Amino acid sequence: MTIEDEREIMGQRLHEKIKNIFGRSLSIREVDAGSCNACEVEITALSNPIYDMERFGIHIVASPRHADMLLVTGPVTRNMELALLKTYNATPEPKLVAAMGSCACNGGIFGETYASGGGVDRFIPVDLYIPGCPPRPQAVIFGLMVAVDKLEQKIRKLEVKA
Amino acid sequence: MSEELIETIKKEFRSNVFDETVSNNEHYLTVKKEAAVRICDYLYHTLDFPLISIFATDERAKDGCFKIHYIFSCKDDMFIIIKIKVEETSPRFATLTHKIPAANWYEREIQDMFGLVPVGHPDPRRLIHFEDWPAGFYPLRKDFDIRTKPPRVKGEYIYRRVEGEGVYEIPVGPVHAGVIEPGHFRFSVAGEPILNLEIRHFYTHKGVEKLFESLSIDKAVFLAERISGDNSVAHSAAFCQAVEKVAGVDIPPHAKYIRTILLELERIYNHFGDIAGIATDVAYPFGAAHANRLKEQVMQLNEKVTGSRLLRGMNTTGGVRRDIGDKNELISKELATLQNNFRELMELLISSPSVADRIETTGRISNEIAKGLHVVGPAGRASGIDGDTRRDHPYAAYPELEFKVPVRKAGDVNARTLVRADEVYESIMLIQQALSRLPEGDIRTDVNQIPDGYALGYTEAPRGETLYWVHISNGRIERCKVRDPSFCNWLAIEYAVLDNIVPDFPIINKSLSLSYSGNDM
Repeated sequence: MTIEDEREIMGQRLHEKIKNIFGRSLSIREVDAGSCNACEVEITALSNPIYDMERFGIHIVASPRHADMLLVTGPVTRNMELALLKTYNATPEPKLVAAMGSCACNGGIFGETYASGGGVDRFIPVDLYIPGCPPRPQAVIFGLMVAVDKLEQKIRKLEVKA
Repeated sequence: MSEELIETIKKEFRSNVFDETVSNNEHYLTVKKEAAVRICDYLYHTLDFPLISIFATDERAKDGCFKIHYIFSCKDDMFIIIKIKVEETSPRFATLTHKIPAANWYEREIQDMFGLVPVGHPDPRRLIHFEDWPAGFYPLRKDFDIRTKPPRVKGEYIYRRVEGEGVYEIPVGPVHAGVIEPGHFRFSVAGEPILNLEIRHFYTHKGVEKLFESLSIDKAVFLAERISGDNSVAHSAAFCQAVEKVAGVDIPPHAKYIRTILLELERIYNHFGDIAGIATDVAYPFGAAHANRLKEQVMQLNEKVTGSRLLRGMNTTGGVRRDIGDKNELISKELATLQNNFRELMELLISSPSVADRIETTGRISNEIAKGLHVVGPAGRASGIDGDTRRDHPYAAYPELEFKVPVRKAGDVNARTLVRADEVYESIMLIQQALSRLPEGDIRTDVNQIPDGYALGYTEAPRGETLYWVHISNGRIERCKVRDPSFCNWLAIEYAVLDNIVPDFPIINKSLSLSYSGNDM
C-alpha cells in the first residue's frame, strides 16, 4: 500500500464519521496564537488538490461562531492571549479544541518566557494534541479523526444531561 | 576601494570618529553620539548606501553603556557599521527617521526592548509591547530575566484618525477569516477606496532575541529555523554563516553547494505558494489549484531529499547534517517537470483578462517609497530596486554560479507576480548548475572553541534580505539581532493600498508575501 492509498483510506474513514455525527461538514476555525507559520503552511496544504480535505467533510470557516472546532497553533503569546480567549468564547458548545504542533502542545522551543505563555491548555481546555514541528498533513487528518470521536462523546454527555 | 571609502568618511568627520575596527568585510566606526545622525545621513544620501538595520546592545557590564549600531550595506561586498555609546544615566539618542524613513521601526523597537528613547521620533508610540505592558520593563536589557512576567496594566493604544463626511473605519484581525497569521489592520475608507491603513503587529512576539541568549549555539540553529517557518533555511543559513564567520571557519565546498540547493528549493516552493495565493484572491481557483499542486510537489520533493517538508534540520554550524548527493537524479527529474508545468501555469495566468484586470496597476509601490523604506526582495525588485544579497554580498556557492536578478519597474501586483515567476526559472537553473558541479568531500567541519567576537550573517530569503548579527562571548550567544525581510516590507503596505479598494487589499497583501512571525519574533 502506498502513502497515497493510506491517505485515501484514512480520509474516507474520517468522512464516514463526520457524516454520521454531523450529517454535514466538520467546521473548523484556525487560530494562530503565535506560531512561526509552518503549521499554517501545512493547514494550507490540506486544501490543495493533493489532500483536498473538503472532500472528506472538513471545512475551514471564517468565524468561530460557525465552528465546531478550533485548531490552535503556536505557543500562546502574551499579545494573543486575549484574542484566543475571545475566539474560544465565541465558539458555540459543544466545541472541540485541537492543539496543533509542538508549540501549541507544550510551548515547544519557545517555552515559557516574558512573551510566550507556553502550551494552549494553559489558557483554554484542549481535547486533542497533534504533535509535530510542523505535523504532516496526514497527521492532521488522523488527529481530526480522533477529535471527531471525542466530540461524539461530548454530544452524548450533553444529551444525558438534558 | 574600501579603504579609500573609510578614509573619505574619516576625513569628512575627522573629530567625530573615535575608533575603527575591521573584521572580514565589516567596518565598525565608533562615533560621537551627537554626530551619528549627520554621519548616517552622509552615508545614506551622499554615498547612497542603504540602511539595512539598527539595533542596540547592552554592554553596561563592560563600560556602563548601551551601544547602538547602524548597519549600511556598501558596494564591493562591504558593510559599514556606525556605533554610538548611550549612557545609562542619559538613555536617549537622536532619531534618524526624519532623514531615513527606514529607521522608523528599528528605533521604536530599541525604545521598547532597551528603554532608550529616540528623541524627536515622529511616532513615539510603542511598537512591540501592547498597552497592557507596564513601564520600566525592557526585555533585552541584561538585568531582565527572561522568565519575568510583568503584570498587565491598564492602557490605551491610540490609532491615527481620519475624519470627514462619510469616512468610517474597518477593523480587521488579529484573528482573520483565512488561514493566516495574526495582525491588526485598521482601514479608514470612504465608500470602497482606502484613505488610510494603519497596521498594528507584534501579536506573535515570542521573545526570540532574548531566547537566543539562553540557548547553546547548536540549539539556537533550531530556533533560527522557527522564526519564520516557511523561510527556515534562509534563517538558519544566515545564523550559521554568522557563527562560522566569528569562528573563522570556511565550510567545505560540498556543504556550500547543498546549502545553495536548499535555499533555492525554499524559494521555489514559497514563490509557488505566493502565486497560488494571488490566484485565489483574484478568484481564479483553477490557477490557484494548479499552483498549489506545484507547491505540494516541491514540498514532497523536499521531504524525499531532506526528510522535512520545510527543509528543516539540515543546516548546522560548520555545514549541513545530511548529504543529498545521491538524490541528484531525483531532483533534476522533478525540476524539469516542474519547470514545464510552471510555464503552462504562467501562460494561463498572464493570458487571462480577469486576472490581468485585478492585478495590473493594483497596489503600486513607487520606487521612491520602496527606496525610502528599504523594501527588499521581490517586492523591492518589482519597484525597480536592483538588489539581491546573493549577488551583492555573495555567500554559499553563489559566487561560482551564474544567475540573473530580475527587476521590474511598475511596482504593482502584476510586477511582483512576474518577478517571482522569473525568479522561479532562475532558481531552477541555479539548482541544476549546482547539481552538475556538486563537489566531492565532507559535508561538515567541526566548529568548536569559538573565539569571542561578532559578525554578520546574511541570506536572500524568498522574501528578501535576511540579516543576523551574532555576538559570541565565552562560547555563548551574548546577543543575536535578527532582521527578517518582512520587518522592512510591512510599512510599504500602508502606501501600497492607498487609493485602492478594500476588496483588493488581500491581493496586495499576498503579493507582498509578508511574514508576521518573522516580523514580530
